[in-house]
Amino acid sequence: MKVKLVILLCLLCCFGLTSLSAQETTTEAAVDSMSTDSVSIPVPAPPTNLTGQDKDNDHGHAIELSWDLSADDGNGAKTVIQYEIFRWTPDKVGLMDQVRDTLDVIQRIIDNNTGTINPESEKASILSVYEGLSRGELFDKRRELNATLEQQHEELTADYSNYPDNGDWLYVDKVPMTIGSFDDVGDKELTNTDFLPDYVDLYYRVDAVTENSDIRSSSEPFGPVQSSGQWYNTGRSAVLGAILIFGLFTVLFVSLASKGSDLYVRPLGGIEAVDDAIGRATEMGRPILYVMGLGTAADVATIASFTILGRVAKRVAEYQTALIVPTYDPIVMSVAQEVVKSAYLDAGRPDSYNEDTVYFVTQSQFAYVAAVNGTMLRELPATNVYMGKFFAESLLLAETGAVAGSIQISGTDEIAQIPFFIVACDFTLIGEELYAASAYLGREPKLLGSLKAQDYAKALFVIFGILGLIAAHIDALSWFKELFKVAN
Amino acid sequence: MGKATKIVFAVICVLFVVSIFYNTTSLGGDNSLSDAFLLTLAAFLTLAIMSFLYEDNPYYKFAEHLFVGVSAAYWMCMGFWSTIVQNMIPKISTSLSSAFEIEYTGAEIKTIVLLYVAVILGILLLMRLMPQGGWISRWPLAFIVGTTAGLNFVRYLRTDFITQISSTILPLVVNWKGFGSFFSDLSLSATGQMALMASNLIIFIGVFTGLVYFFFSKEHTGVFGKASRVGIWVLMITFGASFGYTVMGRISLLVGRLTFLFRDWLNIIS
Repeated sequence: MKVKLVILLCLLCCFGLTSLSAQETTTEAAVDSMSTDSVSIPVPAPPTNLTGQDKDNDHGHAIELSWDLSADDGNGAKTVIQYEIFRWTPDKVGLMDQVRDTLDVIQRIIDNNTGTINPESEKASILSVYEGLSRGELFDKRRELNATLEQQHEELTADYSNYPDNGDWLYVDKVPMTIGSFDDVGDKELTNTDFLPDYVDLYYRVDAVTENSDIRSSSEPFGPVQSSGQWYNTGRSAVLGAILIFGLFTVLFVSLASKGSDLYVRPLGGIEAVDDAIGRATEMGRPILYVMGLGTAADVATIASFTILGRVAKRVAEYQTALIVPTYDPIVMSVAQEVVKSAYLDAGRPDSYNEDTVYFVTQSQFAYVAAVNGTMLRELPATNVYMGKFFAESLLLAETGAVAGSIQISGTDEIAQIPFFIVACDFTLIGEELYAASAYLGREPKLLGSLKAQDYAKALFVIFGILGLIAAHIDALSWFKELFKVAN
Repeated sequence: MGKATKIVFAVICVLFVVSIFYNTTSLGGDNSLSDAFLLTLAAFLTLAIMSFLYEDNPYYKFAEHLFVGVSAAYWMCMGFWSTIVQNMIPKISTSLSSAFEIEYTGAEIKTIVLLYVAVILGILLLMRLMPQGGWISRWPLAFIVGTTAGLNFVRYLRTDFITQISSTILPLVVNWKGFGSFFSDLSLSATGQMALMASNLIIFIGVFTGLVYFFFSKEHTGVFGKASRVGIWVLMITFGASFGYTVMGRISLLVGRLTFLFRDWLNIIS
């Protein structure tokens, strides 16, 4: 018993001494820390040569800043850990923020989305004022506040020019040590708190900050500098160049084609087969099924398909063969109806045109497939033509057509679907051949001219590619690749 | 209707009923009968669509027409309620908003003007239903096709032309330190010198010969024809890889359907 008591007392003593020692160490550490924080960190040298300019190639509301690093950033006392950027802001911006907060709360009440407002925030007190109002009153208030915001914005230019009176430095952002530049990109919407006005005098300051954020040094303020939007983005000059070159080619070849020049286009296997397939259908007394895919009237493949449909419909009208065009998109149906109607008119058989030739099925992908597959097996068309934009339904359609014993001609620019058409169809137009087919069939100057323009653009592509290959091995020609860089 | 058809129909009806009772007991719960009916209907429609693999038949026709009818009606309702009722009416009309029992939100004047432009174009599109004013419907169609063609023109030139040129400009010789160094490290690693050089060479030859194949202004004969042949080989190899990749995706869809039949409906697999 005595031994146990002695051991317990010894343990208690050890624990007490250890605790005391730890406490002393903590106190010493705290004192050390305090001395390090407040005494041993010297005030760093400030950033120098702060400059700024409007950010190029944007819609405005942004300033590019740069400065020389503090002498204590990576060198000297090595105490700088980051730079903080400040923008001088008139007091009125604070009033505008209050209006913005009110607008935000009103919008949340309208959207029934007030649950995320912090009960202790400024917005909660605004909410208590407005949540009892009717929707009409809220809309009136919103309109009124927007007008107030617009008016405050108009007065802002004068306020910014009052620097340094009636305003204060507003913290913008920070960058880590060794970085001597920053883009102050604001929002263009007046209702957003990040809104940065264009065409006002802006002033900036950069602070070199140490571990202890109270120990810092500020650069000389820089200003005034104004932000503004540009009409022309120089980073996209390459696109303009390409448009001009392509436009020039198109105008040149269209005018040549219009004057009757013989512009050669090599025969396309799939398109040569279209006329044969129409003849086959006529001989067999069976219809031709023309499927335009799931594309909208806006897709290039669908636009090309309209031209081919026109050609097919004209031949069909001449041969008095039946044509079936089930469509997926209502707009495509409308355009296709117009195309077929015009084709019958061109063929001199407007009386043979039947509006039900082109009909709408559904806008559900696989329901459309089910309907077209059913049509294939019931109507047994002699020829199936698939031209346009196709997705997962390509093989389902083509395989059913093959089972039904139809001659099948397909064309799409959907790379993932071309393999399915190649394995299941008799002729396939690969990618751009679809676009070429419409020009080849129509022989219209405009289409032929644009096809020729595309060809010469490809030739340019090859030339640029070869030149680029050479340039890629010579350092002095590294600028060549930069010609084709496009800014976002 | 032939005798065989009647027998098949009767067998299917019996199986349908048996399936409902079987699944009612296995599902349990308050709504077990309705759940079992819907489960059986889903399985029946799946099998009806799959019966197309044999040949066209009345069950496939039934499933097809049901699918087309339901989906057409569904998308029409979705188009009306989500586009016109949800997006347009609350912004332009208080009386229509109250008629459709939705809240009037209003909008800025420029938004309202644009909405009315869309409404007018939509009405013009419907003019095709009138025998006298059918030609008017061509104007909105021309607007749709012309606007999107113009927008796509810039987009395609940027992504398919300029960016493609930029991506093709690659050095054929990478990290060259002499033949000795090259042959001493013939690693197949993707970041290795040989793989990088081979990759750049394939990209260049592939793009070059592919473009030759799609050049329509010259007959594909002689050297041009040979380059074109290489181009079509490059295309076919690419399509082969794409085919295999897509087929694997389709197999997973089939597996999903078979899982439904054997697990959810028949309870054969766990």
